[in-house]
Amino acid sequence: MNDSNRSLASFASTWSTARSMLGKDLLIERRGRVLTNQVLPFALIVMVMFAFALDSDAVLERVAPGLVWLATLFSTLFIIARSFAVETADGALDQLRTTGAPPAGIFLGKALALMIQLLALVVVLIVAAVVLYRADLSWEGGVLLVTTALAATSGLAAVGTLYGGLSAGAKGRETLLPLLVLPVVAPVLIGATRATESAFGTNGIAVGEGWPWLGLLAVFAVMFSVTGAIAFGSLLDD
Amino acid sequence: MAHDLPVELNDAVAVLGSFPVLAGATLTVERGEIVLLRGPNGAGKTTLLRLCAGLLELQRGTGHVLGIDLARDRWAVRQRVGLLGHANGLYPDLTVTENVRFWGRTVGASPSEIAAALSRMGLDGRLADVPVARLSAGQRRRTALASLVARRAELWLLDEPHAGLDAVGRDELDDVLRSAARAGATIMVASHELERAGHLATRQVEVVAGQVRELGGGS
Repeated sequence: MNDSNRSLASFASTWSTARSMLGKDLLIERRGRVLTNQVLPFALIVMVMFAFALDSDAVLERVAPGLVWLATLFSTLFIIARSFAVETADGALDQLRTTGAPPAGIFLGKALALMIQLLALVVVLIVAAVVLYRADLSWEGGVLLVTTALAATSGLAAVGTLYGGLSAGAKGRETLLPLLVLPVVAPVLIGATRATESAFGTNGIAVGEGWPWLGLLAVFAVMFSVTGAIAFGSLLDD
Repeated sequence: MAHDLPVELNDAVAVLGSFPVLAGATLTVERGEIVLLRGPNGAGKTTLLRLCAGLLELQRGTGHVLGIDLARDRWAVRQRVGLLGHANGLYPDLTVTENVRFWGRTVGASPSEIAAALSRMGLDGRLADVPVARLSAGQRRRTALASLVARRAELWLLDEPHAGLDAVGRDELDDVLRSAARAGATIMVASHELERAGHLATRQVEVVAGQVRELGGGS
């Protein structure tokens, strides 16, 4: 087998594993309904509590984008924990190591499943922000918002899968995970908030000012996706 | 020199952290054998299984599993062995078929191979669409073994496989293992249940202080 055939076979095997992991994780979510029955209500409660605490339409309108992404970040922690709890509950993570399946495929599959769940969550939270905080959204702003949601959730999913794998076998993983993830995803919180502010036109910010922040989110997502795909094998082995 | 046997370890040393758990283990296993690993807790039985599964690094000595050099390509070893520890490695929310299908697909098994694995373990009937969370301990074990079959594992490494099973579950498991060995699988079993596992085994070895001692045929 020559080099290009070997690379093709390796890519096909990685993609096949990723698809398998993605399908399995989404099927488990469909059966367990943790996202819809627990995480989503939690995120909505966070949004409502913020509305109670701030108790001012003007302030809420101004901070709505930040609140959407804060609620997303907190909820992300639950989704990551759940994603790896199903792997460790009956030793499936150990089995995954023994299959010799490409670690990059395992990483990508889990990250994609996480991203899809996060996207669903963000859509609901944005709708909630529009309703609760009376945020405005133009057509052009909508395009920026959709791309921001895609880039931000990819970044969060990549970091979440990387650190979820790292903490999966660790003692006190419930408390370790937020400590590891939250500082790392600070750029996502900042970038997504700024881009969403532009999309909503908060404080008169133009939609055009949001695109550079989208660039930051895209670089972040690519960086952690590549790092995760490369490093996940060592993480699983350790 | 050709290394055709499923397991060939020669003076193998493996460490956990800085502690040598296998201290010069030598062992060969023939195709189709069911080898019982006996020995006290902490003697190195689990470590021996994990080394053969390609999960641990060989620090010294030589080791070949299914003809693959452990020092060179542990990843290739993993693709051809199945390790079943105390846990079953199953997803409780998924059905029996979905679990076996998932594990089969990780090595590219075809739908017919997956169906054959379910059928071979007697899981293609009313149990096929039952979520694993609702199965008995014995049925879960059978599902885990069906996953090994679907993964085309040629060497089965089982750590205390009878633990947590009732008498019926244990009998079922023994039948499954004997039939797998007849079908060409090689099986290594670490167990404290010497009477039961001894009847099952075609050969017994004792692991003491990280070394392997030959004990002869099964009881």
